[in-house]
Amino acid sequence: MTDKKELNVSRRAALVGMAGVAGTVLARTAAGQDVQVSGSSRPVAPDDPTKVLGAHWSSNLGKRSPYEELKRVPSRTLSSSETPLQDLHGTITPSDLHFERHHAGVPFIDPEKHKLVMHGMVERPMTFSVGDLKRFPAASRICFLECSGNLYHDAPEQTTAQLIAGMTSQSEWTGVMLSTLMREVGVSPESSWFLAEGADAAVLTRSIPKQFWDEAMIVYAQNGEAVRPENGYPIRLLNPGCEGNSCVKWLRRMEFSDSPFMTREETSKYTEAIRGGVARQFSLVMDARSIITYPSYPDTIEKGWIEVQGIAWSGRGKINGAEVSTDNGKTWQQAVLQEPVFSKAHARFRHLFNWDGKETVIMSRAIDETGYVQPTRAEWIAARGPGSFPYHRNPITGWRLQAGGEVIYRVEDWA
Amino acid sequence: MQCFLLIACLWTGIANAQQLPERFGFGTPASAEDIAAVDIDIKPDGKALPPGSGTVSEGEALYDAKCAVCHGIGGVGSPNDRLVVHSPDEPFPDASVVNNSFSRRSIGNYWPYATTVFDYIRRSMPMNLPGSLSDNEVYALTAYLLHLNHIVPADINLDAKSLATIEMPARNKFVPDDRQKYREVH
Repeated sequence: MTDKKELNVSRRAALVGMAGVAGTVLARTAAGQDVQVSGSSRPVAPDDPTKVLGAHWSSNLGKRSPYEELKRVPSRTLSSSETPLQDLHGTITPSDLHFERHHAGVPFIDPEKHKLVMHGMVERPMTFSVGDLKRFPAASRICFLECSGNLYHDAPEQTTAQLIAGMTSQSEWTGVMLSTLMREVGVSPESSWFLAEGADAAVLTRSIPKQFWDEAMIVYAQNGEAVRPENGYPIRLLNPGCEGNSCVKWLRRMEFSDSPFMTREETSKYTEAIRGGVARQFSLVMDARSIITYPSYPDTIEKGWIEVQGIAWSGRGKINGAEVSTDNGKTWQQAVLQEPVFSKAHARFRHLFNWDGKETVIMSRAIDETGYVQPTRAEWIAARGPGSFPYHRNPITGWRLQAGGEVIYRVEDWA
Repeated sequence: MQCFLLIACLWTGIANAQQLPERFGFGTPASAEDIAAVDIDIKPDGKALPPGSGTVSEGEALYDAKCAVCHGIGGVGSPNDRLVVHSPDEPFPDASVVNNSFSRRSIGNYWPYATTVFDYIRRSMPMNLPGSLSDNEVYALTAYLLHLNHIVPADINLDAKSLATIEMPARNKFVPDDRQKYREVH
């Protein structure tokens, strides 16, 4: 990665640069290797790599090519950052690019000291260390995690897919099924909710109703290695298809009960006013959604064949189809879904389009296995209300292909 | 190979999910002390509220010293969440009105349970020193914020008993999620 911190131009190189030697200068990477960089800090590779002995030999940790600048975009308050959807080609999010959202910073936790206490309406209250959890039969699952507030409300035309919808990411999660632990502690059949509590400074709590217990997991691994600190190290709850905050990170306690706990997160925070003068509560399932990631802002395209690409996902189950419109929503074509498609997971779609170079708007819509079709913004507003804010908003989003080839976000009103 | 697997499964007694042992025996029984050390939640019934009490004036002094920097003098907000209603009759946020409804939330018009105010302050606040307040201080801050929201009188000495009986204006404004009944946006 070639961010400013790592590619410090050395003093000598800087002096050479100031002396007016055009083009390339020497720079030192974080690994201590000198590489040539151009005036714009772009590394200069040998003209013929077959004639130069490789500069890098084996190392204890791999790195991205210095030409690949993949970055999350942290929010102003540093309480979230978003996945660069437009830079990714598959469905798995590299772990260091998984979106993050936390309420009181990322806690620093020693996994050897961390404990999970399970109590309440159980026969045998138990404490599990991370090591104890790893002894139970393991299970893995590929699914998305999405923040329920994953939409840039009033995005201008110059907005990337990352900022529109980059608070969804996908990983292969590994851990123990909640059901396995429930048997171990003997959860009462009368219990219908449990409280999940994190070990961060927010001591974040959510009540999880029974309907999500069968698929729930306590996970310790993400894409094959330990869960990242910002994603819940050493253990987090995973409720596939449900809003991210319900998948409580840094999980330290689960209390089984017969009623919800009515924590701040599920009363005053992650609830949304809807039509009828009320607010919807425990709205955990993420509705079906999609976004085109190519072409998107700030791409510039040429007329001719374009493979439109994007991701579609649904918290209700498997994506059955993704449709693409290249004429501002007048007609829709079935896009090709990349197999395999998993339940409650990002699916990649692709659609070939021969652009004539005239201005148009392209957009996608997801259809899931329940038959749910991703709504337009107008349909969404009609159902929920223009002032329903800021959660579970999944409208179709479009990109305007301008005659010059510049791609910009299609801005729509909320009224 | 199949034979070997079959024998191995028979030998261990674990062939598939249906034949998991009743218990694995991993982990440590949690004692009452282990649980008490982390069991800090307060449900709406208030049964878990601790002993202690606090007054509105005690809460005001604490608030000005420890909370106003984020939530504004008098709980009016900025830079963080607004905590106090603009007026005693400020309505519940209306989704049919074009507005940023998140900024229209405050304790007095949106929080359905007073116990949640106590629970949240005690577990998470103040942001720079979470968990640093005594139970008496949390009662006092809760009393002050409920008073600013026109919910309790100025002379209340808030304790477990009085807090558990408070009926919040937004108590019946929340509905369960029914989206899954529909195939279209709802």
